Amino acid sequence: MRSARIRPTYRVSASPRSCATNEAAAALPGFAGLHPYQDEETVQGALELMYRLERALCAIVGVDRVTLQPAAGAHGEWTALRMIQAYHRSRGDKRSEVLVPDSAHGTNPASAALSGFQVVEVRSGPDGRISLADLESKLSPQVAALMLTNPNTLGLFEREILDVAEMVHATGAMLYYDGANLNAFMGVARPGDMGFDAVHMNLHKTFTTPHGGGGPGAGPVGVKADLIPFLPHPTVEQSDGHYTFDFKRPKSIGRVRSFYGNFGMLVRAYTYILAMGGDGLTQASLDAVLSANYLRKQVEGVLDLPHEGPCMHEFVASAHNLAPQGVKALDVAKGLLERDFYAPTVYFPLVVAEAIMVEPTETESKATLDAFAAALKEIVEQARTDPAALHAEPHSLPVGRLDEVGTARRITAYLTGQSEDPVLRWKRVQK
Amino acid sequence: MAERRYSKTHEWVTVDGKTATVGISDFAQAQLGDVVFLDLPKPGRKVGKGEAFGVIESVKAASDLYSPVNGTVAAVNENLTSHPELVNSDPYGEGWILKVDLAGAVPTDLMDEADYKKAAEAGAH
Repeated sequence: MRSARIRPTYRVSASPRSCATNEAAAALPGFAGLHPYQDEETVQGALELMYRLERALCAIVGVDRVTLQPAAGAHGEWTALRMIQAYHRSRGDKRSEVLVPDSAHGTNPASAALSGFQVVEVRSGPDGRISLADLESKLSPQVAALMLTNPNTLGLFEREILDVAEMVHATGAMLYYDGANLNAFMGVARPGDMGFDAVHMNLHKTFTTPHGGGGPGAGPVGVKADLIPFLPHPTVEQSDGHYTFDFKRPKSIGRVRSFYGNFGMLVRAYTYILAMGGDGLTQASLDAVLSANYLRKQVEGVLDLPHEGPCMHEFVASAHNLAPQGVKALDVAKGLLERDFYAPTVYFPLVVAEAIMVEPTETESKATLDAFAAALKEIVEQARTDPAALHAEPHSLPVGRLDEVGTARRITAYLTGQSEDPVLRWKRVQK
Repeated sequence: MAERRYSKTHEWVTVDGKTATVGISDFAQAQLGDVVFLDLPKPGRKVGKGEAFGVIESVKAASDLYSPVNGTVAAVNENLTSHPELVNSDPYGEGWILKVDLAGAVPTDLMDEADYKKAAEAGAH
């Protein structure tokens, strides 16, 4: 349950009811009034919540332990790579490369580079899935890990994931799961069972804690037994119903976040999991996949769909067929804004020209999906009959077309010392 | 070889004596969209065929630039620092990116215009 990408901007995630429950729990004085320096004995309830959330996440993704510290998805990626690096080094193995598919989220190569790895790209095959032949050619004793999103960013399930896991493990490398798309099969299948050794999850997407301007993220990372010694400390341990922080973890990569992570987000995510129950989480995934496929069917013949369906929780269309009219994916997105829909992600993933990525999530009604499809049809029709009018949209929003290019160039000019104009300034407003 | 040859990664190269000029193709600039920044190497740096020598950024994406030849950077197009848009407006002329002192022969697996066009269109979906 991520930001509702086909909705008007006012709705960010989840059903209003589950958000209200989440907020009510997080506002309980025993949680909201906590101070991180409080003695362990006085925060037993909070520790119990962390412990239980960890157990719940372990069950959902199929791992042995979870750290709740990382503050967001990319932070989770980095934390997992640090653990994988520490694991290899503890065995005297100085592996220097991380494999990343060409359809990966941009944060994957960034996290690998920041961890000191050489990033090696693995190509997608014509069906939009990772090419096993290309993977084979890039695997070597130098490879520390393969980072994979499943379903991938094209909304396609990596059907050969078990073969991928076997190939990766045969070379001594680890398999990392980018959990951004976990909401496609949460409660149906588990990354741990597919062979992933480290799994990150976005509580602010899949588990409905607010994001996108609404609050901090939370990107817990789950690991299989081999990586447990390297988890960030402190972990939360339980013995006879008594909870403690464990700082005595000599192989730990250390703390990755001040104090204990974004605790308020942990409360909200745990509330959501309890409110939904196992069956509810499964239903959320099934509905997300149904919504995406329903919408995908309606888009057939309107925009080009470069990959064969069915899809998982999202699909990627291409606006390249509008090029003869001078209309681009950006114009389609602006047209959607004009028609009161939140614009979808455009120009990502990079493997699709003029990409438009649509992820309706499980929260949208059939009426909303129909209205979105109708708006898309109208835009494409207008692209054929009156492209100039489309280029002028949106009219009804506080700002129209922003000069992104000019702004980026002027900022670059300032940063490279060629201009005195910093472009962006903070200004004190007199009231 | 005054004729322009192309790499799979969309760089072009022309050769005059022992000096190669490198840029990105018209197809590549159109795919990237408006270029806003280039991170380029200093003269004197060694580059190898297929190795990343710099980064090009548009509002849509940041991409690595790969050298189509082996050699040493002789010059970079300083104009691009203040006018990155030259890569869009004149990719084969004023928008050139590097001059390279060639080490050894020009790789033989570079494509000619017709082959490159076919490859680029096939890869663009």
